[in-house]
Amino acid sequence: MPHATVARPGAEAPPVHKPVDRNAPWPVQFWQSAVGKKWLMALSGVALWGFVFVHMIGNLKLYLGEKDYNEYGESLRTLLHPIMPNHVVLWIMRIGLIGAFVIHIVAAASLTQMNRRSRPVGYQSTRDYISANFASRSMRITGVIILAYLIFHLFDLSWTGTGATYVRGDVYDNVVGSLQRPWSAAAYAIANIALGIHLFHGTWSMFQSMGLNNPRYNSIRRAIAFGMSTVVAVANLTFPILVATKVVK
Amino acid sequence: MTNMLNLTLKVWRQAGPDQPGRFEEYTTTVADDASFLEMLDYVNEDLIAHDQEPIAFDHDCREGICGSCGVMIDGQAHGPQKGTATCQLHMRKFADGSHITVEPWRAAGFPLIRDLSVDRSAFDRIIESGGYISVSTGAAPEANMIPVPKDVADAAMDAAACIGCGACVAACPNSAASLFTSAKMQQLNLLPQGQAERWRRTEDMVETMEEFFGSCTNHGECQEACPKEIPIDFIAMMNRDYLKAKFANRRRGGQRKAG
Ligand code: SF4
Ligand code: FES
Repeated sequence: MPHATVARPGAEAPPVHKPVDRNAPWPVQFWQSAVGKKWLMALSGVALWGFVFVHMIGNLKLYLGEKDYNEYGESLRTLLHPIMPNHVVLWIMRIGLIGAFVIHIVAAASLTQMNRRSRPVGYQSTRDYISANFASRSMRITGVIILAYLIFHLFDLSWTGTGATYVRGDVYDNVVGSLQRPWSAAAYAIANIALGIHLFHGTWSMFQSMGLNNPRYNSIRRAIAFGMSTVVAVANLTFPILVATKVVK
Repeated sequence: MTNMLNLTLKVWRQAGPDQPGRFEEYTTTVADDASFLEMLDYVNEDLIAHDQEPIAFDHDCREGICGSCGVMIDGQAHGPQKGTATCQLHMRKFADGSHITVEPWRAAGFPLIRDLSVDRSAFDRIIESGGYISVSTGAAPEANMIPVPKDVADAAMDAAACIGCGACVAACPNSAASLFTSAKMQQLNLLPQGQAERWRRTEDMVETMEEFFGSCTNHGECQEACPKEIPIDFIAMMNRDYLKAKFANRRRGGQRKAG
């Protein structure tokens, strides 16, 4: 009769990932560790959140008309003038932003690799997810959509223009001209919906990664994430609607 | 009253780590007051009677406290009942005529041994690295010598409920072991007795965990799968302690240079 003894291999399960190098300087160790990378993703996420939010507030000037909007655009160049020479503060912010983007993206790519290696053979039957939601499972996709749009956006409104009449410094006309093209408005809308979804999971996730947990506010963390991301996405989405309905032209 | 259920099972069969695996179909009739593992026992008795290899699965206490059992049942770790280990899941949860799919945990850190049985010794590596406190042996100290606030004791007890079953890893889309590791760490980090080794423990357990498992992306699947309903709040506490540990351990002048 066959019997059910299962051979327990004497050799135990081998490690899957490279260990943190305990002789390295501690910031290097922190970067090598996944928990450390999540901290850095959360911190860079806070910086990027700040950017997205201020960017949205600035763009609300669209409602005040061409003069106000162009003045706002120009004021970014002269920020903190005369304390600082023109453009300097703008460049400091730009460098900070680029740094935050690089950290956020490189850490995400590296953790994605790690997670792929952590389950080389996937489930052969259908998984039934309970709490993992669309936002949490599509972070990589929404992230890539945002990055792709960001590059287009920079070409479109900062560097060269993308076909619509583009005049450097004429911020208002450039924005309106760009969004008057239906495909451009559609790309803008898709990117901002992706941004809203990304921010929703990102904001909630940030609380966890940075250990911000306290019974006093735990129950409202999801609501905070939902509220904040909805405000940004909805405010941004009004701009192409303003243009399409010719309220702004 | 006991009802009999006619079930069709699809069970993952794999003769060994490097052998090809596949789903096999079995039919069985079982009383609805049988547990899930008893149901598998019946299937196995049938297989043995027909001179076939029984299905290998892990089990020990069969009362939800040892953490040996645990399989994916219809795509959910430990099956459809919240806060319940596979051995405590009863067949009355399933309707007559159900088709049930049973699959082993899948994670690089849990290599498959055979059929539904996986090697979870990676969890032992995490515990060895810091999931303990060092005390002098001898007579048990007077229990009330060290005051512990009730809510702290309760929180530590919630973490200590972890039975090390691995469902958190199995349920996690990233195969992360953050729930297990944070529970085993915070049950000690929360208490006065755990303070002496707190920062060393935190660094060691996190970094050992990361040698075997993936990275947490805060889906929250683990706390849904956990038979002891351990909350992901402990993961947040672990993350906070890890940052502190990286500073605190360095501040004590090279005390812990090499791992
Ligand atoms: S945390 Fe829960 S799911 Fe994970 S090993 Fe412990 S008891 Fe099992
Ligand atoms: S057999 Fe012990 S927990 Fe299920």
